[in-house]
Amino acid sequence: MEDGEQIIKEFMYMNRKSPYGTIYALESLEVVLIAAAFDQDVSLVFADDGVYQLMKGQNTEEIGMKNFSPTYSALGDYDIKKIYIEKESLEERGLSLDDLQDLKYEDEDDDWAEKDSIHLVSREELAEVIDQQDVVFSF
Amino acid sequence: MAMLHTVNKSPFEKNSLDSCMRLAKASSAVLLIEDGVVGAMKGTKHSKNVADAMANISFYVLGPDLKARGLSEGNVVDGIKVVDYSGFVDLAAEYESVQAWL
Amino acid sequence: MKFGILINEGPYTHQASDSAYEFAKAAIEKGHEIFRIFFYHDGVNNGTSLAVPPQDDRHIPNRWSELAKEHSVDLVLCVAAAQRRGMLDEDEAKRNGKTSNNVAEGFRISGLGQLIEAGIQADRMVVFGD
Repeated sequence: MEDGEQIIKEFMYMNRKSPYGTIYALESLEVVLIAAAFDQDVSLVFADDGVYQLMKGQNTEEIGMKNFSPTYSALGDYDIKKIYIEKESLEERGLSLDDLQDLKYEDEDDDWAEKDSIHLVSREELAEVIDQQDVVFSF
Repeated sequence: MAMLHTVNKSPFEKNSLDSCMRLAKASSAVLLIEDGVVGAMKGTKHSKNVADAMANISFYVLGPDLKARGLSEGNVVDGIKVVDYSGFVDLAAEYESVQAWL
Repeated sequence: MKFGILINEGPYTHQASDSAYEFAKAAIEKGHEIFRIFFYHDGVNNGTSLAVPPQDDRHIPNRWSELAKEHSVDLVLCVAAAQRRGMLDEDEAKRNGKTSNNVAEGFRISGLGQLIEAGIQADRMVVFGD
């Protein structure tokens, strides 16, 4: 066994942009999936236009781009279970959680019970979560 | 854990400064860089929001980016401290983590 | 202090690369260590060996190569982002059946794991983007 314990940091991935207009949504998701192998304490945040990344029913055929939104439902399999959505960002856009994908994970500490990965948080709550982070990746 | 927040876009171009100000916890710091230095200027429609946010958050602005844009240090909102790249590094070291609002 | 830097944008079009460079330079001057500079999204274009910018302005890719050489800074281009955007070193070009390569001196191509590792090992991660 090597010297030194594994360092575990709080990693946050901040998503504030709509998908498809730019590549940031797709490429940030690619980081999240690779990062899963590193066993860090991961949170994803969707705020501002980032909430559109999780919209249900994306159909990209007519813009000729790959629809990568199904990948979000795999996040639970990668042990990503802290997905924060800013309430005010949804409300300002006339959206609710019903418009978004229902993301779940299986809790290994609770007999693999299926639970919600999404946490709808207010501005104040989100500010607290953000402040706790060691590493924040913005795209 | 006090965080340093960097904002690199003008509040006239993007909502990054607004989002930053509403989600930066009290006693964190905001550093305006690149086009974001526009947010530091007095007499704009954003100046009051910035001044109000300063009640809880320390504001800094990157001097070299002001100069590049012909903006005068003397014209920044009262209380915003001007730093250079060396000061930027100091802030990044002093605060416990850094978040970029793009 | 050990800094990790993430650069999300390519040379010239956005100030991100410039801001990151000035930050890195200042950090080194103050005696800090740059653990790694990771280039993602269009940031991989900072690693091109084919740029011929006007002579009276900064040469961004060369500047990075020089920084790497003088201060042993680890410059990493994300392989996936690089492949998408046609940034290939000799090995990648061979592997993908391309007849030329275009990665400048001092840059290496590697996976996103290098970015995560930088986040874990560095004391601070600073992001420059659009």
